[in-house]
Amino acid sequence: MSSEPHRGSPTVYARAGEPEGIFRHYIFSTNHKIIGLQYFFLSLAAVTIGMTLAVLMRFHLAWPAAHLPFLTGGIMTPEQYLALVTMHGTIMVFFVLTTAPQSAFGNYLLPLQIGATDMAFPRLNMLSFWLTLAAFLLVLSAFVVPGGAPISGWTAYPPLSGMGEITGPGEGVGQSLWIASILIFCVGSLLGSINFISTVIDLRATGMTLTRLPLTVWAWFVTAILSLLAFAVLFAAGILLLLDRVAGTSFFLPSGLVVSGELQTRAGGSPLLWQHLFWFFGHPEVYIAILPGMGVVSHILANFSRKPVFGYRAMVFALCTIGLLGFLIWGHHMFVSGMSPYASLTFSLLTLSIGVPSAVKTFNWLGTLWGGKVQFQTPMLFALGFVSFFITGGLSGIFLAQPALDTTLHATYYVVAHFHIVMGVAAIFGIFAATYYWFPKMFGRQMNKALGQIHFWLTFAGAYAIFMPMHFVGIAGGIRRYADSTGAHYLVALQPLQRFMTIAAILTVSAQLLFFYNFVWSMRKGERASANPWSATSLEWATASPPPSDNFAGLPPTVYRAPYEYSVPGAAQDFLPQHLPPGHARPSRQEPGHAG
Amino acid sequence: MLASAAVESIQTSAGANKGAGGRSGGGGEGSHGARGPGRVHITGMLIALGGILMFFSALISAWVVRRELPDADWQPLALPHILWLNTLVLALSGVTLAYSRRCLAAGREADYRYWWGITTILGAGFLAGQLVAWRRMSAAGLLLATSPSSSFFYVFTAAHALHVLGGIAALLAMAFRSPRQLTPPVATQVVALYWHFLAALWFLIFAVLWLGG
Amino acid sequence: MMCCQPSRTRNRACGSALPALLLAFFLVLVVATTVLIFALHLYPAPPPISHDAVLVDRQYDLTLYATGVAFLVAQLGLAYTVVRFCDRGQNARFIGGNVVLEILWTSLTLLVFVSLGVLGQRAWADMRFTPPASGALQVEVTTYQFVYAFRYPGADGKFGRLNPNLVNAPAGNPLGIDPNDPAGGDDIVVPELTIPVNRPVELLLRSQDVVHNFFVRELRFQQDAVPGMVIPVHFTADEIGTYEIVCTQLCGLGHSKMHSLLHVVSQSEFEAFLGRRAISP
Repeated sequence: MSSEPHRGSPTVYARAGEPEGIFRHYIFSTNHKIIGLQYFFLSLAAVTIGMTLAVLMRFHLAWPAAHLPFLTGGIMTPEQYLALVTMHGTIMVFFVLTTAPQSAFGNYLLPLQIGATDMAFPRLNMLSFWLTLAAFLLVLSAFVVPGGAPISGWTAYPPLSGMGEITGPGEGVGQSLWIASILIFCVGSLLGSINFISTVIDLRATGMTLTRLPLTVWAWFVTAILSLLAFAVLFAAGILLLLDRVAGTSFFLPSGLVVSGELQTRAGGSPLLWQHLFWFFGHPEVYIAILPGMGVVSHILANFSRKPVFGYRAMVFALCTIGLLGFLIWGHHMFVSGMSPYASLTFSLLTLSIGVPSAVKTFNWLGTLWGGKVQFQTPMLFALGFVSFFITGGLSGIFLAQPALDTTLHATYYVVAHFHIVMGVAAIFGIFAATYYWFPKMFGRQMNKALGQIHFWLTFAGAYAIFMPMHFVGIAGGIRRYADSTGAHYLVALQPLQRFMTIAAILTVSAQLLFFYNFVWSMRKGERASANPWSATSLEWATASPPPSDNFAGLPPTVYRAPYEYSVPGAAQDFLPQHLPPGHARPSRQEPGHAG
Repeated sequence: MLASAAVESIQTSAGANKGAGGRSGGGGEGSHGARGPGRVHITGMLIALGGILMFFSALISAWVVRRELPDADWQPLALPHILWLNTLVLALSGVTLAYSRRCLAAGREADYRYWWGITTILGAGFLAGQLVAWRRMSAAGLLLATSPSSSFFYVFTAAHALHVLGGIAALLAMAFRSPRQLTPPVATQVVALYWHFLAALWFLIFAVLWLGG
Repeated sequence: MMCCQPSRTRNRACGSALPALLLAFFLVLVVATTVLIFALHLYPAPPPISHDAVLVDRQYDLTLYATGVAFLVAQLGLAYTVVRFCDRGQNARFIGGNVVLEILWTSLTLLVFVSLGVLGQRAWADMRFTPPASGALQVEVTTYQFVYAFRYPGADGKFGRLNPNLVNAPAGNPLGIDPNDPAGGDDIVVPELTIPVNRPVELLLRSQDVVHNFFVRELRFQQDAVPGMVIPVHFTADEIGTYEIVCTQLCGLGHSKMHSLLHVVSQSEFEAFLGRRAISP
């Protein structure tokens, strides 16, 4: 048996034993599980920083005249506020929402779920992580350079971002560091995508056909394709912007600019060109942030309803459709940008169309629950929360998809509410669900159930409390990226809402301490977990918790059935693992799921 | 305990696999490891080329947009003639590369190495020629920031040249030692895919610059 | 040890009803609160002051009803489903899907969403596809960090040529009007926008430095001002009053302070305004 070639695994990684030494084993590891955890801890650090920045912003919005003792001069200045806005968005979008769902969980679980021993290119994988870490440190360094962090938002529109410090503080070195960080992040992401796509195409175990792939794998696969194509474009855009800043080119800078009374000599570029390039990346990016979460939710809903996913093929089709359409609708960020109104109409109809596969997925999630045997473990609670927030956030998008309505709502807090609900809540719930679900697999221990459930309820209620009122601020005309409400008079009436949201935010962020505590405590002291504590069907549960270095102890599994065979009529137990051969429906002597 | 239970369940399934027979090996469903080791490297390279193509597509579409701007002060460039020679050299290197792989497949190791070396030299020649082209451009007063058209010229050619540099590094690396995990036919195929792609990409870029002024 | 074992025995004591009920309760609360706030118009946009704004509001209401129904049905459907099917020891039904249902709800959703888009086209077309009526008052809007400057063409009806080299705000020429162009001699430049009621107005939006924006809530209308472009937009205000103009596109430090006022006045007042500001050539 051991002399047979390992089907589905790159031959070089069939070696037994692990690299020696703590350095090679934990730090410069090429093992996808270690790399996945590295990405995970990176995103944990990033989300902590990102949340702190958010709390500071919310505090200032509620009490603009408050003296914050640790900030120079006491009261937060507009440049400080805008630096927070920029860095909060950048850190959250890139280092949390692009990193955790895809790079962290995808790296850890994808090879396991397809029955492979590692990713296709483990050393490339390691390089991807270190590039991402370097990018993270580089962007943080913008806080401490002269001029501080950039103030142009995570969208960095030129000319504001393209000319250096004359347009504002933070636009000097800080902005250049920001661009450099993004460029490095792009490379890391591109290398990661190559790994994911190649692995799914070529390293599936025997019997793991495309229609037997768990929806998590489909989601990571489609996301990787989006990533490959989108980050390539961002990389190009970033290079051009950097050249405008440091080499005197004029890709995005028109001629005849007068900044603070000084005429700039530029040769006639187009600010709109940046917007097109950026959003061509930027729109697929939000699907990169949400698609893995959708895969996780499908996976978890099936597990804890003890039912197959309703409409597996429709779900795959929806994932692919969302991926494809996601590349065709970037213009809805540009309805009032000066783009052709006819183009706007086209983008609008396509944007509304993408609501269809999204709705189909939601119906299918409800269909998965319907007729099920629903169990409310913590991962399931977060998966259900995802569905609720996705419904809310998705529906609010329908207003923004219509240019006639976007003309009123663009750049108001309505937009901020919309994208926070889908990205800042639903996607985060996907990450929480994945964490609680796969923690036992990764660490061999369970997270504390009571703490997890309390964490869910507080976060669920808190997130709605923060972001539902935000819609109303937007409808009433509250403008985003405003450091305070001293400009337009009508904003004063909205202060009570701002204060409510801030208090809700402070409480909700505090509740996350439960999660951190639970996580750290459970890593060491949590109740020991079995190989398959959730009685699940996919391949990662067919091996030990945590899995051995080559995932399947030298014997990659063979797959015999679809990924969600729960409650199959006539079976001895209510789940049939994918690697269980036909005729072996009787459980073996030791049932996975019970402590041995 | 649990690990052994897991192993046991896997062993059971692997055992059953032998009985099940036709599911494994060869054909379409699932067992892609059977397509041979190294297959995944070819897949990986093709995917990487997709990403690189997307990157250049972004640059080219930026070029199109910039050119079509109303009141465009677009100054068509007089391209240095050496670019034609460079194109020829790069095309030739593609031919020598293909021939070198033919020799390898036919078992003529010495010929394979010889033509592989020629390819590397031709590739270096292409880069040298591009450097000359840049020199000629700057001598004519056309620098990176001189005009939008010159900016694009340098960005296109520099981005392409950097990729070619990577290709030359791969060619050299192969010349000195074959990678441990890939057989020479597969390794050379991966490099060849990259190299031919860069040649095709250059034809595209050159055509864009030439036709678009 | 899991809360609910995958077993066939009746197991009411597993307590799975509580999370279901709690979730359902929260979902009902969210839906009720949201519907209430909308129904009571607690944080409304200010009343519209143009025909296009009324069209926008109608489209908004239509969208609100459609998405409101979907919101209600989906969230309450989720609540109902988790309560009805929470684990009380029943077996789950082995259902892989239902092609008819899939086709049905896909088509329905496509129909509703695309219809909304097509219906909303009217308001957008009115604002953007049609040129302003002839005889529209032209006002040029120049934005720069963090100021709005409005230029009227004066008695000759023509705007003077602008030259960026001549921009000199301290010397009183913030727009860089070329003194050699006679058409510019009678141009009126003011920091607030005054327009006559019921008269089509065409704004020519410009920017000197970075991307800014012109937004008036009551007009239900905004447009970015992009350096290197002159973007024409038009509307007809039909209510006399003073309204706030704000910048919605992040333009630097003073973004939140960049604002101005729109004065919609009677025709006679407008003429008086022009007369007061007229500069004799």
